[in-house]
Amino acid sequence: MLAIFKRELRSYFSTSIGYIFVGIFLALNGAIFSYCTLQQFENSNVSLYFTLMIFAFVVILPLITMKLFSEERKLKTEQLLLTSPVSLWSMVFAKFLAAYTIFASTFLVGSCNFVVLYEYGQPSTAIIFGNIISILLVGAAFIAVGVFVSALTENQLIAAFGTMAILFLMLLLGIVGSYINFTPLRVLVNWLSIFTRFFPFTYGEFSFSAIVYYASIAFVFLFLTVRVFEKRRWE
Amino acid sequence: MIKIDHLVKHFGDKKAVNDISFTVEEGEIVGFLGPNGAGKSTTMNMLTGYLSSTSGKAEIDGIDIFESPMEAKKKIGFLPEQPPLYLDMTVQEYLDFVYDLKGCKLNRKKHIAEICDVVKITNVYKRMIKNLSKGYKQRVGIAQALIGNPKVIIFDEPTIGLDPKQIIEIRNLIRTLGKNHTVILSTHILPEAQAVCDRIIIINEGKVVANEKRENLSNLIQGNRRFEVQICGPQKEVLSELKSMQGINYVEYLGGADMDSHSFMIESQPGVDIRKTLFYLLARNNWPLINVQAMGATLEDIFISLVDKKPEQEKSKRSKKTQGGN
Repeated sequence: MLAIFKRELRSYFSTSIGYIFVGIFLALNGAIFSYCTLQQFENSNVSLYFTLMIFAFVVILPLITMKLFSEERKLKTEQLLLTSPVSLWSMVFAKFLAAYTIFASTFLVGSCNFVVLYEYGQPSTAIIFGNIISILLVGAAFIAVGVFVSALTENQLIAAFGTMAILFLMLLLGIVGSYINFTPLRVLVNWLSIFTRFFPFTYGEFSFSAIVYYASIAFVFLFLTVRVFEKRRWE
Repeated sequence: MIKIDHLVKHFGDKKAVNDISFTVEEGEIVGFLGPNGAGKSTTMNMLTGYLSSTSGKAEIDGIDIFESPMEAKKKIGFLPEQPPLYLDMTVQEYLDFVYDLKGCKLNRKKHIAEICDVVKITNVYKRMIKNLSKGYKQRVGIAQALIGNPKVIIFDEPTIGLDPKQIIEIRNLIRTLGKNHTVILSTHILPEAQAVCDRIIIINEGKVVANEKRENLSNLIQGNRRFEVQICGPQKEVLSELKSMQGINYVEYLGGADMDSHSFMIESQPGVDIRKTLFYLLARNNWPLINVQAMGATLEDIFISLVDKKPEQEKSKRSKKTQGGN
């Protein structure tokens, strides 16, 4: 598993995709941070920054997930992985972990911006840390979706747009939920919504159920990825 | 070393592999031959654990690939039809990656150096794979298959797309590997199997139609004996006399060899040695015999004969059944 993880991590920076991702991520991160905090003066809104970042993830994260399996399939290198003594779970998890490492480390570098806020005011450390943890978990769930979609196609563009579409739908659930009159359905939609789970963190509350929820989404999509490979092996 | 037992693979309604069984002994180089779409790659892919089977068993060194894939895969080195190369890596990085991927326990530096030496890629060790020629890429593909010193090496169409010089080099390499490994080589190029393999398994429409030692294969087709003869004499009369000989199956005029001699291909009936009869016939007619050359059946003849024969046999079986039913 470690071999696949290391290779994948390295491949981000042996091509331009890793640099492009880090560049776009940090630029967007800086712009959103500046807009939500520094330019708002005394109305600085840290939670808005995190909420907007989640929307930015819909566009940025597919950049690092689109090639994970689709490229392997196109170049036929997946045959090497699938005929090596490595389990499907190890292979899928190693790929997920590589993408997650890039995302998390870039996000944490971007989070250094918060140091500036302490220079000019007294931001709530609990809210900042709570949000950072929840964002890292939302990122894990989103990357797992990207891993799954990239296993479905050998076309990287389809993988990227497919992932964007699913992530956008997942975010829409929270907005759509408030317009549903049929109560059981509204409850279900709100329960499934990424945003509903995210709100406690914006108030500085630590929600264990949200952590389980995001981890479960990541697990389900990684499980589905393994099933894609098993199905292809059997069909 | 390899045991395949009633292996079946369906893709939807299509039977890609239809109940094939064979064994490969330790140290053998076996050619797996068949036309495109015969089921070679599907069989190779099942044997390496890339695909599962619809039914049947495949064992590598006594380990079932479908029940204990991890253990079985450790004993296999596989070169697919398209070498699984990461173009953004150097040869060194790639081989290091494969070494880690396979969980190899041998001395890394020494083992990889030995493999590079065997497949002759030491001079491109530090180069990016994307910059290598097709021949070198194929060698790097072979090198990855050798990492971990697997007992069984499986090559799927290893010389496809190479130039003649590269083909000869790869064939020599496979022969060298056969000294220390059990090798299965899938190909649709008949001279390749003829040049490299100890035994040849011919597969067509998902079924094994022949499984013989290379030198025994020619016995499979009717036991015919063919000669090319060059005779001095009038062409029409010679041809007519040859056709009237006892024990002759077939005669064909091949052309005039020079001013007054002509070449013929004669085929005797099974079990008949035509040479003495031929000598007396020519002596009686005072037609000097310039040359006699035995024409062994080529692998192409055998292949076409076997591949064409089976569907015909099936058709005749079916028609007999239909007639019986009526």
